[in-house]
Amino acid sequence: MGKISVKNLDLYYGDFKALKNINMEIEANKITAFIGPSGCGKSTLLKSINRMNDLVEGCRIDGQILLDQEDIYGRMDVNLLRKRVGMVFQKPNPFPMSIYDNIAFGPRTHGIHSKAKLDDIVEKSLRQAAIWEETKDRLKKSALGMSGGQQQRLCIARALAVQPEVLLMDEPTSALDPISTSKIEDLAMELKKDYTIVMVTHNMQQAVRVSDNTAFFLLGEMIEYNNTEKLFSIPSDKRTEDYITGRFG
Amino acid sequence: MRNKFDMQLERLSEQLIFMGSLCEKAIANATKALRNGDLELAKLVMSEDEEIDQIEKDIERLCLKLLLQQQPVARDLRQISAALKMITDMERIGDQTSDIAEIIISAGMSEARDISIIGTMAEATSKMVHDSILAYVNKDLEMAQKVMLADDEVDRMFELVKAKLVELILKDGGKQGEKAIDLIMITKYLERIGDHATNIAEWVEFSITGVHKDGQLVER
Repeated sequence: MGKISVKNLDLYYGDFKALKNINMEIEANKITAFIGPSGCGKSTLLKSINRMNDLVEGCRIDGQILLDQEDIYGRMDVNLLRKRVGMVFQKPNPFPMSIYDNIAFGPRTHGIHSKAKLDDIVEKSLRQAAIWEETKDRLKKSALGMSGGQQQRLCIARALAVQPEVLLMDEPTSALDPISTSKIEDLAMELKKDYTIVMVTHNMQQAVRVSDNTAFFLLGEMIEYNNTEKLFSIPSDKRTEDYITGRFG
Repeated sequence: MRNKFDMQLERLSEQLIFMGSLCEKAIANATKALRNGDLELAKLVMSEDEEIDQIEKDIERLCLKLLLQQQPVARDLRQISAALKMITDMERIGDQTSDIAEIIISAGMSEARDISIIGTMAEATSKMVHDSILAYVNKDLEMAQKVMLADDEVDRMFELVKAKLVELILKDGGKQGEKAIDLIMITKYLERIGDHATNIAEWVEFSITGVHKDGQLVER
């Protein structure tokens, strides 16, 4: 059984069927990469794992997504779900406030107000996101003054601050330079010890470098889901092969 | 799609065919030199080995360039990595053919001789080299597997030659001993060339199927 089980999932935006009968088990403490051309449904699936699609008008779902065997579209409290399943976006999106307050924001929302406790969470989260050394002397400074790569690690730290179980990453390095990218990749590989990570990426080599399993999507269907090394060396489906070798279409 | 890359892969295939043809030519010439006692031809085989070494370097360079520029995956990755392994075996085939020529020269084998089985063996190994490269280019799994099977026949011929040479040593009170030893060395090189051709065929199989011999190169 996976940490996350997707069962017979169909997703519609109005009349448009964006995901078609997706079935997959996402393993705990592994990095799972979603790849596929733009519009294939990979980001839609990622977002439905913490119900970000609820905000999209006309979005409808059939089927189930289970987190530890519990239906996230059932009676689960959405706020609780999003505490358990954190998300990091393509473009770093720190809040326009201090580094400290960015990290403390989530825990405060969930009712933690003790300064000592918040200090502890802030340091721990920043350390986990490998950005403590760069920020410890400027915690009260605005997060907007940081570089793009630092901002993205700050966003990861912010996601970790509420102690999630799953981390969703939507093209987390597409706006970053190679050095920041490799820091985020190293970080993801470090974090999988404690978290289950699902990552959408357009960078094939990134999927090869960091992920344990890879799912390839095309036109709303999951075409192939396999061990990453297998998928990129000996893909089973010709459509996967054509896409990853760049001979698509 | 990926026109440039496909053209580069085509070029890689052409270079492999060329390298293979140099190996075939070297085997044929070495055999001919032995049969006709042609020391000049044997010298030519030795000097032409440099050409094989050179094309190995060219192919290596092309493969590294493709790995760097294209970061290949799936069949492209298998095709390029297989090529890198195949050329090592072809280069060894070139060396061993050159070694045969060297024996012919240093032993001064300048008289024509009947080399029936050795000649057949040389032709068989040459065909193995030819077919394995062709299998690579045409992604022909069946042909690659035939090459692997053909090696058994080469091994069988080696045993036959060995038995005949033992007879030769026993005859004439050992006077033919040195000649027999030279011939067994030549035959052993041919047998090794068959092994290298088998290695090539195994990499061809990997390039087509992703499976190399019994080993799992890829985590599943």
